[in-house]
Amino acid sequence: MSFFDRTARDWLLWELFSGMALTFRYMFKPRVTINYPYEKGPLSPRFRGEHALRRYPNGEERCIACKLCEAICPAQAITIEAEPRDDGSRRTTRYDIDMTKCIYCGFCQEACPVDAIVEGPNFEFATETRAELMYDKDKLLANGDRWEVELAARIEADAPYR
Amino acid sequence: MAEFFTNLLGADLGGLVWIVLRILAIVLPLLLSVAYLTYAERKVLGAMQLRKGPNVVGPFGLTQPLADGLKLFFKETIIPTDANKFVFLLAPALTFILALVAWAVIPFFEGGALTNINVGILYLFAISSLGVYGIIMAGWASNSKYAFLGSMRSAAQMVSYEVSIGFVLVAILLCVGSLNLTDVVHAQSKVWFIVPHLPLFIIFYVSGLAETNRLPFDLPEGESELVAGYMVEYSAMTFALFFLGEYANMILMSGMITTLFLGGWLAPFGLTFIPGIVWFLLKVAVMLFGFLWVRATFPRYRYDQLMRLGWKVFLPFSLFWLVLTAGVLEYTGLMVR
Repeated sequence: MSFFDRTARDWLLWELFSGMALTFRYMFKPRVTINYPYEKGPLSPRFRGEHALRRYPNGEERCIACKLCEAICPAQAITIEAEPRDDGSRRTTRYDIDMTKCIYCGFCQEACPVDAIVEGPNFEFATETRAELMYDKDKLLANGDRWEVELAARIEADAPYR
Repeated sequence: MAEFFTNLLGADLGGLVWIVLRILAIVLPLLLSVAYLTYAERKVLGAMQLRKGPNVVGPFGLTQPLADGLKLFFKETIIPTDANKFVFLLAPALTFILALVAWAVIPFFEGGALTNINVGILYLFAISSLGVYGIIMAGWASNSKYAFLGSMRSAAQMVSYEVSIGFVLVAILLCVGSLNLTDVVHAQSKVWFIVPHLPLFIIFYVSGLAETNRLPFDLPEGESELVAGYMVEYSAMTFALFFLGEYANMILMSGMITTLFLGGWLAPFGLTFIPGIVWFLLKVAVMLFGFLWVRATFPRYRYDQLMRLGWKVFLPFSLFWLVLTAGVLEYTGLMVR
């Protein structure tokens, strides 16, 4: 009986037509395409994007120039120079990240004891020249000011799991 | 209309103007539909793969074909150093011209063929067979191994499937008793040939896919193994001519199927208040949608499978059906002599 069944299916091109019925049904399903850049996909609070240096609420920069991030950075993308400030506190005079070297592993934010260097939610920072990707301290602090609301929210959202 | 021009400009010049106008009335809408066929293809494929398709240029991406055409127009035509320049440039023009001239005999509505010649089917068959020359010339003149392999495949493929297309045409011819395409349509006024000849319709449709190098028989192009096959060395307008020719061939094949199997301009269910040309275009559009639908569904055939299908399945079956048709017609006394 299975012989007749199979032969009938073969001659009626059953498999071809059922395949076409499948594609036809799919034609009316909702599209999965996201209309980037007008729509964007969801991001995890742990998403590792563009770097930022954060400040305390009183405006004091968090970084204490411990150089743990510089030490742990596997790509050696971070360069830090530090000396005591006039008030005696230890601060960086130079904090550079070579974004072309960075591999976005997130070790710097893991190493940071004061949550100063973080990787934010921003992944759209393409530039036209290579030089623009050599971030200095001013650029990183500016990023921190610009993204602070979201950075704080992300850290809070992720805190229970750490 | 014809009298108007002959009265205005004299018999010779007026006749010339009139025929040129009629040709333009076919060719210009044809080119426009070729452009929008590419758009429809991308939209349908996108929908079937849960994508959006072109949606940025103009409302719903409707001016995308124009943008693509403009881009190709302004690009540089690159001719490879070792190519045979004359044949290299002749090949796309030939493909394009052949895709257009075949429309001369297709009847769009009652009396709506450009030339109502008595060898219409033969003419169509001849022109579509000539199409392989453009591809072979392109592959040979490019002097490139990918192009050459693609054109060799194409030659073998088109010759193989033309054989079964030929037998399908003969079977239709037996039922009609005339090679005139208008007579073919009139012969279907009682019942469209798709009903008694459904297996032939499927064979013709699949052979049509192979004839126009469409998926799942796009071995001459075969992106994954031959880059782009016979058109790999072509750029800018030469490429555009191939592209237009290929899509015009798809529309032509749909027109042939409509005329031979779907009753051309005839209205189904007695819906004669809708003019014939609308029915013709509607049927062609449905057939074209089938081309895109098949592309979205099936993976590419392997070369030996392609040859097996052509020679070992389609050819014996169309021969068998031809004999069966002749027998039935003779037995029932319906044979037209």
